[in-house]
Amino acid sequence: MSKILIRGAKVLGGEPQDVLIDGGTIAEVGSGLSGEGAEVVEADGKVLLPGLVDLHTHLREPGREDSETVLTGTRAAASGGYTTVFAMANTFPVADTAGVVEQVWRLGKEHGYCDVQPIGAVTVGLEGRKLAELGAMHESAAGVTVFSDDGKCVHDAVIMRRALEYVKAFGGVVAQHAQEPRLTEGAEMNEGIVSAELGLGGWPAVAEESIIARDVLLADHVGSRVHICHLSTAGSVEIVRWAKSRGIAVTAEVTPHHLLLTDELVRTYNPVYKVNPPLRTERDVMALREALADGTIDIVATDHAPHPHEDKDCEWAAAAMGMVGLETALSVVQETMVDTGLLDWAGVADRMSVKPAQIGRATGHGRPVSAGEPANLTLVDSAYRGLVEPAGFASRSRNTPYEGRELPGRVTHTWLRGKATLVDGKLT
Amino acid sequence: MQRHLISAADLTRDDAVLILDTAEEMARVADRPIKKLPTLRGRTIVNLFFEDSTRTRISFEAAEKRLSADVINFTAKGSSVSKGESLKDTAQTLEAMGVDAVVIRHGASGAPYRLANSGWIDAVVVNAGDGTHQHPTQALLDAFTMRRRLIGRDAGLGRDLEGKRITLVGDVLHSRVARSNVDLLHTLGAEVTLVAPPTLLPVGIETWPCEVSYDLDSTLPKSDAVMMLRVQRERMNAAFFPTEREYSRRYGLDGDRMARMPEHAIVMHPGPMVRGMEITAEVADSDRCTVVEQVANGVSIRMAVLYLLLGGNEPAVTHPRTEEK
Ligand SMILES: [Zn+2]
Repeated sequence: MSKILIRGAKVLGGEPQDVLIDGGTIAEVGSGLSGEGAEVVEADGKVLLPGLVDLHTHLREPGREDSETVLTGTRAAASGGYTTVFAMANTFPVADTAGVVEQVWRLGKEHGYCDVQPIGAVTVGLEGRKLAELGAMHESAAGVTVFSDDGKCVHDAVIMRRALEYVKAFGGVVAQHAQEPRLTEGAEMNEGIVSAELGLGGWPAVAEESIIARDVLLADHVGSRVHICHLSTAGSVEIVRWAKSRGIAVTAEVTPHHLLLTDELVRTYNPVYKVNPPLRTERDVMALREALADGTIDIVATDHAPHPHEDKDCEWAAAAMGMVGLETALSVVQETMVDTGLLDWAGVADRMSVKPAQIGRATGHGRPVSAGEPANLTLVDSAYRGLVEPAGFASRSRNTPYEGRELPGRVTHTWLRGKATLVDGKLT
Repeated sequence: MQRHLISAADLTRDDAVLILDTAEEMARVADRPIKKLPTLRGRTIVNLFFEDSTRTRISFEAAEKRLSADVINFTAKGSSVSKGESLKDTAQTLEAMGVDAVVIRHGASGAPYRLANSGWIDAVVVNAGDGTHQHPTQALLDAFTMRRRLIGRDAGLGRDLEGKRITLVGDVLHSRVARSNVDLLHTLGAEVTLVAPPTLLPVGIETWPCEVSYDLDSTLPKSDAVMMLRVQRERMNAAFFPTEREYSRRYGLDGDRMARMPEHAIVMHPGPMVRGMEITAEVADSDRCTVVEQVANGVSIRMAVLYLLLGGNEPAVTHPRTEEK
């Protein structure tokens, strides 16, 4: 593999520097580096970050290749600046055996746009009754470390306890989709002022908060790691903050859309805003931003949930839940966290690369931008502003809530172990 | 007026009064030997019902026929909405048939809004009840009934319900009738009180333009009209209240309770009534109960709404159109 010189990039938003890549590794970081024998990329003051890591992606393969495949999903990831995605287990068949997780992992390797780290189901068929073969998935070629029934909550307290205990044997973590099922029967949106007016079934904040409270207590009791998926309410933030203050090993993620959008948008009855957990209130959004800034919420994860057009071009009740996010995540984070002064670019690197890699044990990702480290890098034009145009998405699906909206920032280059996957905004 | 009628909240005070006044004119047609106007001749209206409601469908159908529209009844009940394609596909089929208006009843909140705003069709959309969201023509016929009874048929023309005290009792949480009535009655200047057990009131209700009470007895003496909402017996199994008897004791309307109401006050019900639990036969059959009038007024209101949305600006009754377009 040849040499690449990235000239004049603001590494983690700092002073412009040159970064020399040799093969799969960063050879040198400094000023005035020689471009001899290297392909030169003029960064012109763009921001250079470690390749982003998404702990929460739905790739849909196997089973729903009409929505997304490992290929289209990893191309979308590379477009968004990601070098690793963790693929959720709710596929058909469910990723609850070594065979399925190896298949997904291998497809990621073959396509080469992004490392794909499968997440294993906690329970067989996501049914919440019987533990899946967690150890076998960990020992498979995929080396699964994160387990989740995402899409469903591991609501049985005993099953959750056992899963937390069991994964301790190999340093795994259980990622919980916190949704008390009885409190959310018939739920279609956040329960509150807007749902009362629209006559849509309410998804109360307490349905999330009660599960988080229970799970941090369980994690404390058995001395294990628990990760909270897509935390969405101000009350959840308070519980996680309390748990961390007690030294409980809890980590939490927030999605870009929960940092930006509120349930007021549901007044349009446009299913593009239908997502689980639902869009909450302005007060929740502000609490989530604060918590991400102060580290109570550890990471941003996309919950990239592709759906074909016909699953959204219908009435609200019939529509599928979820939105795509890989290609807009960094822009939304820039808008809500960087441009508001809540987080600097080093903070973005921490929340979108370093910490998610640590939680998921993705060694080789989320590393410092310095000599000797793997050349997993993302170059961002933070001065850019433009309208979101889903027609240009690499994802197979277009269910973005940002169509026609102006967002800042654009990923221009992505390198996976020194190999460019995105150049000047175009996939290789 | 807006092009569609999706929510009672879309109506201004003047829109609503215009509809009520027009409905009075339409009501006179019912007194004629030939109960028909040529107003919507050559126009096609589809009654698109995804949810069973014979009463509402017949009311719209009668209104459409009295205005000489061509009527198509499309009952889609039982068709799968799990994929959601049925609504859009059906809409586009109707569009291809050159339909001028769609009267839609749907089990999902927001379905009429989507039909009107998704670019699937050009036709005028009238919401005939969607999920637990809205049922605007029901609210209009209720307001019409109140204005006639509390102000007077002719005396009421041009007037709203300023200062009238209206109480709605029962399952507000699941009631599109309650939502529509709160919006419209507020717009018309009435003071609305909702009475229900806390389990049957939605979270977030504190922002609604009305009072909320858990106590029926203290509300009755201050009411000009009391509207009993339908309470489904299944709610009991879902623990919204302990037993039918307890519900009835605390929130049912019987003769004793009716006696606490002011002499002029009326009792309303959107029907069909569950006698015994929410209202006793004694009350339902009393001459203070307006259930039968509400049904008749429903036709006049729906004629007025369809006329105003489809007929243009000419007066409906006094100078009926003689030429066809
Ligand atoms: Zn989830």
